[in-house]
Amino acid sequence: MKKIYAFTSVVALLAPVFTTAYAGATLDSVKSKGFVQCGVNTGVAGFAGTDDKGNWTGIDVDVCRAVASALFADADKVKYTPLTAKERFTALQSGEIDVLSRNTTWTLTRDSSLGLNFAGVNYYDGQGFLVKKNLGVKSATELDGASFCIQAGTTTELNLTDYFRANNMTYTPITFDKSSETAAAFDAGRCDALTSDQSQLYALRIQLKDPEGAVVLPEIISKEPLGPVVRQGDDEWFNIVRWSLFAMINAEELGVTSKNVDELAANTKDPNIRRLLGQEGIKGKGLGLSDTWAANIVKQVGNYGEIFEKNVGQGSPLKIDRGINQLWNKGGIQYAPPIR
Amino acid sequence: MAAEENSGSTPAKAALWRRPVFRSTVFQALLVLAIIYIGNTLLNNTLYNLEQRGISTGFGFLDVEAGFGIVQTLVDYQETDTFGRTFLVGLLNTLLVSFLGIIFATIIGFIMGVARLSKNWLVARLAAIYVETFRNIPLLLQIMFWYFIVLNKLPSPRQSYDFAGTIFLNKRGLSIPSPIFETGFWIVSVAIVLAIAIIIFISRWARARQERTGEQFHTFYVSLAILIGLPMLAFIAAGSPLSWEMPALRGFNFRGGFVIIPELAALLLALSIYTASFIAEAVRSGILAVSHGQTEAAFALGLRPSFTLRLIIIPQALRVIIPQLTSQYLNLTKNSSLATAVGYPDLVAVFAGTTLNQTGQAVEVIAMTMAVYLTISLTISAYMNWYNKKKQLVER
Repeated sequence: MKKIYAFTSVVALLAPVFTTAYAGATLDSVKSKGFVQCGVNTGVAGFAGTDDKGNWTGIDVDVCRAVASALFADADKVKYTPLTAKERFTALQSGEIDVLSRNTTWTLTRDSSLGLNFAGVNYYDGQGFLVKKNLGVKSATELDGASFCIQAGTTTELNLTDYFRANNMTYTPITFDKSSETAAAFDAGRCDALTSDQSQLYALRIQLKDPEGAVVLPEIISKEPLGPVVRQGDDEWFNIVRWSLFAMINAEELGVTSKNVDELAANTKDPNIRRLLGQEGIKGKGLGLSDTWAANIVKQVGNYGEIFEKNVGQGSPLKIDRGINQLWNKGGIQYAPPIR
Repeated sequence: MAAEENSGSTPAKAALWRRPVFRSTVFQALLVLAIIYIGNTLLNNTLYNLEQRGISTGFGFLDVEAGFGIVQTLVDYQETDTFGRTFLVGLLNTLLVSFLGIIFATIIGFIMGVARLSKNWLVARLAAIYVETFRNIPLLLQIMFWYFIVLNKLPSPRQSYDFAGTIFLNKRGLSIPSPIFETGFWIVSVAIVLAIAIIIFISRWARARQERTGEQFHTFYVSLAILIGLPMLAFIAAGSPLSWEMPALRGFNFRGGFVIIPELAALLLALSIYTASFIAEAVRSGILAVSHGQTEAAFALGLRPSFTLRLIIIPQALRVIIPQLTSQYLNLTKNSSLATAVGYPDLVAVFAGTTLNQTGQAVEVIAMTMAVYLTISLTISAYMNWYNKKKQLVER
């Protein structure tokens, strides 16, 4: 008798395992939860990090806040999961997070073989090198035989291999889990150069003991379009994330900022702005959101120019130039399809 | 009056379902079927879900070009090699650090365990402090401590410590000359094998002679002489078929020769010292488990303390020590996976880290990694159980 009871109780405990793991669509689950679960970096200045009060800030964080504003009219309805480069895709694939906004490069392999979709590019970046000034190196072509500190599991490793093979040079890679560990090792002198996306190099340079003693070399050896990622299979969720980003870019193009959005909503006659703010046109019907979804985003988070300047631009310690992240009609390549 | 009169016939056989043997067989068979069913459902569920989400499955990724470099490879490795090759490289690195770690941890652990039982108060206290300190600090912190101590104290390559212009020590590692074996070296290898065979033969003969006549033979010194002398003779006879590749400072770092990277040194130091603190306690418990009467008898016979320890106490203590040693060796092997924290390219860092991230096939990669650790652990414990059986007291 005891054996039967033991047996049946074991089977009963394992019963939940038999149900299919993931039935509903992401959008349904986010709506019923009431918040967006956002995967972000463990801590890179400008992209995702906590301040001393525990609030998350960064340009990737702002993308998630924009999605929350569009859905719930409240940019703070987001919960953040810090992820290392090795865990990020598994967390998204398994359903642990709803959207991954973690300075992730858009590549063919990731778009096609992981069951994921990239919803846009919020930062066009490229890979560069950081060296100490006392090394006396002025260009990446002088780095033959040098050792590099890299973060494991990133496109950085692959690009480094390609660049050195193409230029017939050799190098020694030293890989770490977290980007802060690479900075610490570079500071301690374990490697001659630090390589990562240029934006990260500026962010990591601030963490060094002597930031002025390190210089970013001029070469950019790869394309790194960074953007938010969602799972395949839920097109409605994909559209919402994609168009939240486009709304911010369009808002900057039309001159709508978080400061003047209310005043424009009341007074403007410009049909483009009126369509953006939900007063005419398709409003939120196609996306299944409220009419003022884009207005909420701009009011609570800001337009693209504002989030850029606040997090990585002149209003931040990084002071990165807009460069190719400027709007298409101002010399850069940020281009959003029209809202109509 | 006889209570049980049975008119001479044997008792009737109980019904099938009343027999304990039959019942237990049926239930065990049902349990096995249930386990197979659960396993099968789990597997099918996983495959179905992976397919639903568009995530690629299968082991085909092992033939895809890897495209990333690894700082320490015990076999030849280019960036154009496959992911399967990175698996091999990571596996060898894990085996290297586990093997060296086990050796060092055992040596340090035995020394510390015996030291703690020393009559010298200072030595005993120091050993106790060692054990208590290193047992109680988390291993990850110890690894990072050693790594940054090692890194920060060593000089940069351009100001390396150099020993006689051949060995260089700096932040990037210890560069030593590597031997280049030319043709004709096979004679020396044969000589080494021959020397080992002769030594085994001599030690057997010497022990048999001691059993017979009681005369001791200085086996150790003779073996040492043969081990060094015979290959040396072969080496000279073959015309010195060995040259050295010297490390030289070219550009940023030293090139040529072997480099022992600081990551390996830090990991080895931390693992050995940490595990040795546990092994010290195991050794101490084993020695204390041998009854004091053995020591007293040995002293009464006139044996010196060092002989007593080596010939009487430790062999009996081993019965208690070896099972605990097995656990500690397994712990050390699995703890070596913390290498990712310092950038040492072991199996977890290279395969379950970089390869998993580049290919996205988490299920296959983690399953392979778990299978490897399981195999290594089972091998170690199988060997230790065999050794334990050999050392057990045979009751008469």
